[in-house]
Amino acid sequence: MAAMVPALSEVGVALCIFLILLVPLAIAGLALINTGFVRSRSAAHAMLSTLCVVAIAASVYFVCGFAVEGYAGRPMHAISVAGKQWSWLAAEKFFFHGLELDGSPASLAALLQLFGVGLAAAIPLGSAADRWRLGASACAAVLLAGCTYPLFAHWAWGGGWLAQLGVNYSLGRGFLDCGGAGSIQAVGGLNALVMLWILGPRRGKYSPEGVPTAIPGHNTVLVLFGCLLALLGWVGLNSAGAILFTGVAPARVVLIAVNTMLSASASALTTLLITRIRFGKPDASLVANGWVGGLVASCAGCAFLEPLAALLIGVVAGALVTFSIQWLELIAVGDTVGSFSVHGLCGLWSLLAAGLFARVPGAALGQWVAQAVGIATLLGFVLPLSYGLNLLLDRVLPQRVPPEGEHQGMDLHELGAGAYPEFVTYTEESMQR
Amino acid sequence: MKIAGILLLLTGWLLVLAAVVLLAAPASRSGFVLAGIGVEILGLVLVFRAHLPLAGERY
Repeated sequence: MAAMVPALSEVGVALCIFLILLVPLAIAGLALINTGFVRSRSAAHAMLSTLCVVAIAASVYFVCGFAVEGYAGRPMHAISVAGKQWSWLAAEKFFFHGLELDGSPASLAALLQLFGVGLAAAIPLGSAADRWRLGASACAAVLLAGCTYPLFAHWAWGGGWLAQLGVNYSLGRGFLDCGGAGSIQAVGGLNALVMLWILGPRRGKYSPEGVPTAIPGHNTVLVLFGCLLALLGWVGLNSAGAILFTGVAPARVVLIAVNTMLSASASALTTLLITRIRFGKPDASLVANGWVGGLVASCAGCAFLEPLAALLIGVVAGALVTFSIQWLELIAVGDTVGSFSVHGLCGLWSLLAAGLFARVPGAALGQWVAQAVGIATLLGFVLPLSYGLNLLLDRVLPQRVPPEGEHQGMDLHELGAGAYPEFVTYTEESMQR
Repeated sequence: MKIAGILLLLTGWLLVLAAVVLLAAPASRSGFVLAGIGVEILGLVLVFRAHLPLAGERY
């Protein structure tokens, strides 16, 4: 069952608040990565989209998201299945009513989720960059923050049926997800896949014969700086999540930070090595993806892993990112940033790895089965739900810009001004194409 | 093919839930959970295939 987190000491509350306030750095890092990977004619649009989506996600989560998600030990709806209680929905009120914002674990969790839902909503922007309308991405963020995200987060973090698998069916300590590998990363990553399916690849990405062409990002420095910034955010996310959702002692932050750093490092170095061997030179964009993939892979079990296991998890994540990005490109799934590979696949790997490597004190055997049930829920429930909702949205409000918008660039087409007005990044000829 | 893939995803999930609720022995429960995930992977492959652009449909 989701650990009932005891009231934290004053020092614990202060530490938790500090860690939670680091999480926006993860969003900032992701925004820089997404922006650096797009063409210069869509840079302002990419950054503005992140800002809008984060703002909308936080607002919707405040309005109804927390009411759906709740927190362990607070009111929730449950059904009885074969004599066991399955909590499927929280029974909180809208607009945070009934929640005292006083430093209690529930209030700290709500604060963390305001940032977490923004991070999840920003993930699909990377995949769909250079062709996703601003208005449509905002509406998709409403669906994610009001429905998909809080529902799964309730099951995993809010004392829902996934968290209760340990108590009800003796499967380890129930579904384990310290830093949001499932609730944030996989949910965001699977949404990214859905958008790839709905939007299709960027115009010009594939030749008529189906051969992929490289569309390099316009600023690798932004991408790499975003990676460094994201590290701080992930340390905050993993640490605060572990304290608030699995009830570990604040002193365990040291182990969590070590594991997060080791996983990211191993993943980035693995990617660097693979690209060096395969292409003769390291590929900066893939190494950046490898770094973030390692951060994602560290999430689920970070508080219960030996550092050596975190290193191994990072190595696998690095290989997974490199090969899946290249494979997706070959089968004409034009993921601009690699968000599905980085957040979706590495999120799922993180959940599985937690089941294989985490050493949870006092937990029954079968942790990996609980993790497998969580993965199955993401693939079998969250993915179809996201697909259905976004397909419906696409029928009402077309999500992809028209061809002339893509040629012109998202900045001019949607915002009327570019990110770099001093630079000539397009000509009359290219605008007429 | 797209709808069949989505249905397989849902079916795989229900298989996993059924295994958790109905089976008590760890070996059979684990086996059916893995089988459910296998069905989901099959569904995922179908949905991926359904979204492959046909020749001449390249962007």
